[in-house]
Parts: sequence; structure tokens; C-alpha cells
Amino acid sequence: MAQGEVLLEVKDLKVHFPTGDGLVKAVDGLSFKVHRGETFGIVGESGSGKSVTCLTALGLTNLERAEVSGEVLFHGNNLITLNKEQMRSVRGKELAMIFQDPFACLHPLYKVGDQIAEAILCHDSCSKKEAQGRVIELLGEVGIPKPKERYAGYPHEYSGGMRQRAMIAMALVHNPHLLIADEPTTALDVTVQAQILELIDRIKNEFNIGVILITHDLGVVADVAQTVMVMYAGRAVEMGSRDELFSRPLHPYAWGLLDSIPHIDQRRQKLVPIEGAPPSLINVPKGCAFHPRCPHQFEPCNKERPALEDRGGGHLDACHLSIEDKRRMWEDREARAAKAGV
Amino acid sequence: MRGPRGRGKTVLQYIIRRMLWAAGMLILVLAAVFVIFFLLPGAAGKAGEGGASPVAISMAGKNPRPEIVANVEKRLGLDQPLHIQFGRYLGNALQGDLGYSYQSNESVTTVIFRRLPPTISLALGASVIWLVLGVSSGVISALYRRSLTDRVSMFLALAGVSLPTFWLGLMAVFYFDSALGIYETGEYEAFTSDPIGWVRTLWLPWLVLAITYAALYTRMVRGNMLEVEGEDYIRTARAKGLRQRSVIRHQLRSALTPVVTMYGLDLGLLLGGAIITETVFNIPGIGSLTVDAIQTSNLPVILGTTILASAFVIFANLLVDIAYAALDPRVKYS
Repeated sequence: MAQGEVLLEVKDLKVHFPTGDGLVKAVDGLSFKVHRGETFGIVGESGSGKSVTCLTALGLTNLERAEVSGEVLFHGNNLITLNKEQMRSVRGKELAMIFQDPFACLHPLYKVGDQIAEAILCHDSCSKKEAQGRVIELLGEVGIPKPKERYAGYPHEYSGGMRQRAMIAMALVHNPHLLIADEPTTALDVTVQAQILELIDRIKNEFNIGVILITHDLGVVADVAQTVMVMYAGRAVEMGSRDELFSRPLHPYAWGLLDSIPHIDQRRQKLVPIEGAPPSLINVPKGCAFHPRCPHQFEPCNKERPALEDRGGGHLDACHLSIEDKRRMWEDREARAAKAGV
Repeated sequence: MRGPRGRGKTVLQYIIRRMLWAAGMLILVLAAVFVIFFLLPGAAGKAGEGGASPVAISMAGKNPRPEIVANVEKRLGLDQPLHIQFGRYLGNALQGDLGYSYQSNESVTTVIFRRLPPTISLALGASVIWLVLGVSSGVISALYRRSLTDRVSMFLALAGVSLPTFWLGLMAVFYFDSALGIYETGEYEAFTSDPIGWVRTLWLPWLVLAITYAALYTRMVRGNMLEVEGEDYIRTARAKGLRQRSVIRHQLRSALTPVVTMYGLDLGLLLGGAIITETVFNIPGIGSLTVDAIQTSNLPVILGTTILASAFVIFANLLVDIAYAALDPRVKYS
């Protein structure tokens, strides 16, 4: 696992939303750490709790409607217990976030430059002129051509990639310690995706910050993350270094995810989707939440919930299968795949 | 990007194009009035047996001799074929001559200009009230959603849109004049001659006229605010650490832009005459002029008020579109 100062530590985080249909357990007992200089990838299907986790860390979930428990420690402060003004002073300053759809995330009626300058002015007491100069500098840094002219442009006059660059510039105005990127490339063209990921990676190295990268795309994680957490139904089912996770994945759900992405180099015959659909977060299956979709389920899976345990070398997973069985199963799969690919 | 000069030129072209459309529209509207007045079954100007125009007959006095009726017809041009009358009217109108009232023989433009100030006073005053009331209660309702304030204001808004103006007006006159005695239904006072009397005669009609609109605006503003609150860019505003005040400003910027459109169109419509309010409160404005003209088959006045009302609506539409392009950078003149 990555070394360095722990920036963010989430301990047993639970975010539940009471609704008319029942209690939605969006996040249900999640723990992880993010270090300085590390890109921490969170992977999972829609509704697995990835975004809610991060929105809660930033205090952007609707607290009137959510029941939040556990701890989100950032520089030793529990963000969950901060009051509104304390939270506001952290948000956008030490802890910044960018979102999925940059077009929807920029106010359509304000100039892009002014929106970024506003992010500066709400934490710093500098003049508007200074803020503008800093914005133009930042727009250049994130790779927007002619930043001086672009300052006065409106979001609809920007291309998709430029909008996300502008959002990144907005997140960077105060040199945050931690950048949370929630599906930052999902709404973009494939060619632009790579550029944006590269930009985030460059920024991480240049400023030595931590990055949480939320995505449903394993390919994205494989590119830039050092540590990966796989989430399912509001919980972590597997966590480990990227190399471990991609070369020796442990959890059947991770196997399923890997089987369902296309490879150019390995000529697998066809993509194998994971059977079934993600569970309702109101009626999460008893035991292991994945068991109804798991091809390897056996006796205890529908009764006891497996704990997230270290299976050696900081590689954690939550599954009843023994480590030996897992190794054998994964090797068999690999061998089969290799044969099929010949 | 286009420079300011290029934009100025497009705006001018746009305005000219819109004006031409407006002129065409106005001619169609006037033609419709002619058709309604002269041709439809039961129309006031439709010639009866003997071919004489009922308008001419009613103006020729008691038991008129046919020669007198024919004379009146000739004087008013009613003996001409309809298309000639229409063409003649348009020709005169282009020169600023809207004809003469059948009733008072005054020039229609004079009558309209005399009746315009009360209508403008009524509409503008009421619009200020409903704008302030509607926008503020809508914003407050949205910000304190599900609070007691919200529920009360939503209930009042429902009542406001449901109560018909004629009933509300009559009730208001009854309570404030007869029962409480704090309003006196009387002669309209011009602002220029007696500003205090102007307010004294208009405050109740302002309120009555404003209530329906205030209710509609409250609901619209509240709805817009709530809709915008869920937008991703409001979440961005929070994520970057803006103070609540600034977040609300972002919200207002989007939520209130459509109010400009509504306001412009509503005001344009009202300036053409608030028929019910003017009638209930006995205000000598365009609305009551129109009602009188229709009741007495006074074609030149009907046509004049039609032109006025259409012009206000068309002009308001144009202004609103120009304002919208200034308020929303995504809107282009085309």
C-alpha cells in the first residue's frame, strides 16, 4: 500500500436515508485510508455507494434527510461533526471535488472565469483583480488555450474536455490536500478521457496531493490508481494495491467486473456480464450481499456476512471462500482464458 | 466571438425583422375585427333588411327617414364595400388617423390618450405590488420549504389563483368601502393633478389586480427555486465552499430569469386594458373604454383599442426577447 501521511481516514461510515419505502443503506460500514501522493480508486456499479461516500465527506449530502454515523477524519478532524461554517471553510479549500458532468456542473449564466474566481474569493480575502489573474494562470496550467480570452467565455462556449479542465482549475484554486474526482471522465469522449486522467495524475504528482478517483470503469483505475477499493451495495468487498488487484483479484465480484471489460490484447471470446442486477439498498440480501449473483456461493454465504480481512500483503477482501480456493479458481480462469485466446 | 459592434448590428436587424412581422400580425388582427364586426351572424355592423347598416340606423335618430340613414352611412363610409373600408382604414391609420368615435365624434387617438394614463397607473402600480409580493414569498417559501411560512403562503397562493377578480373586486369594494369605510369608490384622480388622490383611488384596485398575479408568481418562483436547487451547478457552488448567501444568489440568477419573461408579457397584456378591474372600480381606462365601445358598436374605438392592445403585447414580447438575450448568454438572436 502507498506510504506517506494519511490524509483521509474513513472509519465505519454509515449513510442511511429513511424513505417512505424503508431505510436506504447507501453506505453501510465503510473504512479506508487515503495517503498523500496516492490515487485511491473506488470502483463499483451505480448505486454501490461510491458517490454518497464522498459527498458525505464534503458535507454535501442532505443532512436533514440522511442518518450519518462513523468517522471521516481529515487532518484529524471528524468532518461529520463539523458545523456548517467549519465544513464550508474546509470545502473547496483543503478538500476539493470535481464531478461527472462538467456541463451541468457549471452555472450556465455566469462566465467560467468568474465562477472560478468566486471559488478563490470565498476563502481568500484578495482583490477581485488578483483573483482574476490567478484564474487566468490556472486556466493555462490545466491546458486551456488562450486563457485570457477564455476567462470571459460561458460554459456553452467551451468543449466538454475544456469544461472539465475548468472544473479541475476550480478545484485547484486553493491547492487542496485532497481532490475527489467523481467519475471525472464518464461524460467525455474517449480521447479526452485520457487527457483528463493524465492531467489529474500530473497535478497529483506536482502538488503531492491525495486523489480519490470514483469510477465504474476498471480501465480508468488500472491507468492511474495506486490503491483500489471495490464497493458493492454500500460496502467494500475488496481492497488492495492496483497490481495485486489486477493480477490476483480475490473477490468473485471483482472477477466478474474484470470479465466484463473488453481487452484488446487478450482475445477472449466474448464479454461475460455479471448475472442479475445490483440489489436494492432497502432489502440488501442477508449474509454476503453479492451471494445471489455469485457463481461460487456455498453454505454460509446467505447467512453470515463475511468480514473484510487481510489476505496477506495488505490485500483485503470480504468473502467466505478460502484463500487457497480463490487462488486456484482464479488460476483456472486465467488458464482457460489463455487457451481460448490462442 | 462576435465583437460588440457585430452584436449591435444583429440586434438592430432582429428588431427590424420582428417589427415587420408585428405589422403583418396587426393587419391580420384588424381584419379579424372587421370580419367579426361586419360579417359574422348577429354582427353589430351586419346590414339588416333593406341593406341599411344598423350602426347608421342607430345614429340617425328616432324613426329616421331612409335618406338620413343613407346620409349617415355615406358620411361614415359604411356604404362602401368592406375591402374598400378596410383599405381606407389602414391607409388612414398609417398616417396616424384612427377615425372618429361614432358616439362623441372625438378623434379616436384623443380618446385613447385620455384613457391611457389611468390604465398605465393601474397596471404599473399593481405590477410593482405583485412582483415584490410574488417573488419574495416564492423565494422565502422555497428556502424554508415545508415550514409553516411555506405552507401558509402556498395556501394563500392557491386561494389567490382560485378567486375570480370580479368577485374579489366586488368583495373588496364592499368591505373596504361600505363596511370598513377606509376606501372610497370615487372619481379617478390623475397623478399629475393630485398624487395623493391618485393613490387614494387606486390602492384597492392595485391590490385586487395584483393578488392573482402575486399568487401565480409565488408558485412559479418557488417551483423554479426548488428545481434549480437540485441542479449540479448548485452542488458545485456548495462544493467550492461558497457561503449560503452566494449559493442562493446562484439559485436566484437562474430561477428569476423566467420571471422577466412572465412579467413583460403580463404587463403588456394589462396595458391593453384591465377590463374587469376597471369596470368594478369605475376607472376610466382603456378597459372600460373597450367595454363601452363594444356595447355601443363603436367600430373606430374598438379598432383603436385593438391596435393599442396588440401593439402593447407585440412590443412587450419584443422587449422580453431582447432582455432575455441579455440575461441568458445561451440565447442568440435569430
